[in-house]
Amino acid sequence: MSATDPRPPASQPAAELFEFLCRMGDNTLVLGHRLSEWCGTAPALEEDIATANTALDLIGQTQMWLGLAAETEGAGRSADDLAMTRDAWDFRNLLLVEQPNGDFGRTLMRSFLFDAWHRLMLERLTLSGDPRVAAIAAKAVKEVAYHADRSAELVVALGDGTEESHGRMQAALDRLWPYAGEMLADDAIDRAMAEAGIAPLPSALADPWEESVRTTLTRATLTVPEGAFAHRGGKDGARHSEHLGHMLTTMQWLQRAYPGARW
Amino acid sequence: MVARPAPAPVPGALADRPVRRDGPPPATEGDVWALLSQIPDPEIPVISITDLGIVREVALDGRAVRVAITPTYSGCPATFVIAIAVEAALLDAGLTPTVTSRIDPPWTTDWLTEAAREKLRRYGIAPPATRGPEACPHCGATTVTQVSRHGSTPCKAQWRCDACAEPFDYFKCH
Repeated sequence: MSATDPRPPASQPAAELFEFLCRMGDNTLVLGHRLSEWCGTAPALEEDIATANTALDLIGQTQMWLGLAAETEGAGRSADDLAMTRDAWDFRNLLLVEQPNGDFGRTLMRSFLFDAWHRLMLERLTLSGDPRVAAIAAKAVKEVAYHADRSAELVVALGDGTEESHGRMQAALDRLWPYAGEMLADDAIDRAMAEAGIAPLPSALADPWEESVRTTLTRATLTVPEGAFAHRGGKDGARHSEHLGHMLTTMQWLQRAYPGARW
Repeated sequence: MVARPAPAPVPGALADRPVRRDGPPPATEGDVWALLSQIPDPEIPVISITDLGIVREVALDGRAVRVAITPTYSGCPATFVIAIAVEAALLDAGLTPTVTSRIDPPWTTDWLTEAAREKLRRYGIAPPATRGPEACPHCGATTVTQVSRHGSTPCKAQWRCDACAEPFDYFKCH
């Protein structure tokens, strides 16, 4: 199977595009792996299956994003090479998605905050000036709309649930809220992508994201924490949390033990 | 220090495989389509890959044939198996295949053929519909309840019939 059909536009900022594609692909890879950690151990069979299915979608999207990243880089690396042979400092995912699963409530809250952003981002990327980015987004957004609907439904069900479930969802929100701001903050890569007409500025997603997230959280009877502090350093690779390295030792174990192994 | 064991050798997916050829290779693109319509979907073997609408292009040039396939869901593990099955079938028929993946335009359940929808129903899977399953595939009752938005494969959800109480798979509208 070879890569996608459409050809790249005549001129594009290749280095910045590579960074951007790694951000998209590393988000889906890291969250996909985190969700797969629940496989066989989620609290109910249906949720186990749903979580594994969501992980599968995200890993599939990773193949597309990192496949295009590898093609853009033109250094002979494949999507698998990028996923399995880079170390933590070369990852470009948001800090939010690398946070540990915690209890099922925290896992759901992490997905909910990310899914709402992911859907908005992909909707805009379907209009990307780069037809290859637009094609991947058009494929992925159909799957992610499903993820976003499910995580929002469950946040409401558990937030507006029992005293126990409400308490856990509030604790999850309090813990994860400071990781949400990174999704909506612009940096030099984002500005280059916006100027090239490839991707929207993250800050342009802030209003619709806040509106959709706060509407759901209100229905869930949860209180959004005050304060605008946001942890940074995931998407530019400057300061990943210690959790990413531990996750990678598991995820990349086989390629570290047997470099180049194939099956 | 104990030497680390080498990983077991893995044969190539199609290497060392006897090639079976009955008669001349397909002469037209129609013949190739007919051949592909015999390849079952690995997860729902009652429908073929052409029923599923995932074969997007067939281009025949002498013995060389290019086939473009689109994934149903981007992470569907069957996609890889299907690509191998297509390659094997075309090799067996005496052609030199190139199988590519095409994601644009994205697959939609609108591309399921009417024949496929009927085959799904008879197999016990409710075919996709905008507002969820129209009827229980077992007893035909129209009072049905969603159990879970997800099922045993990415393309299915779990439902239950309120009349006969049997659970059933629903092929998600996508």
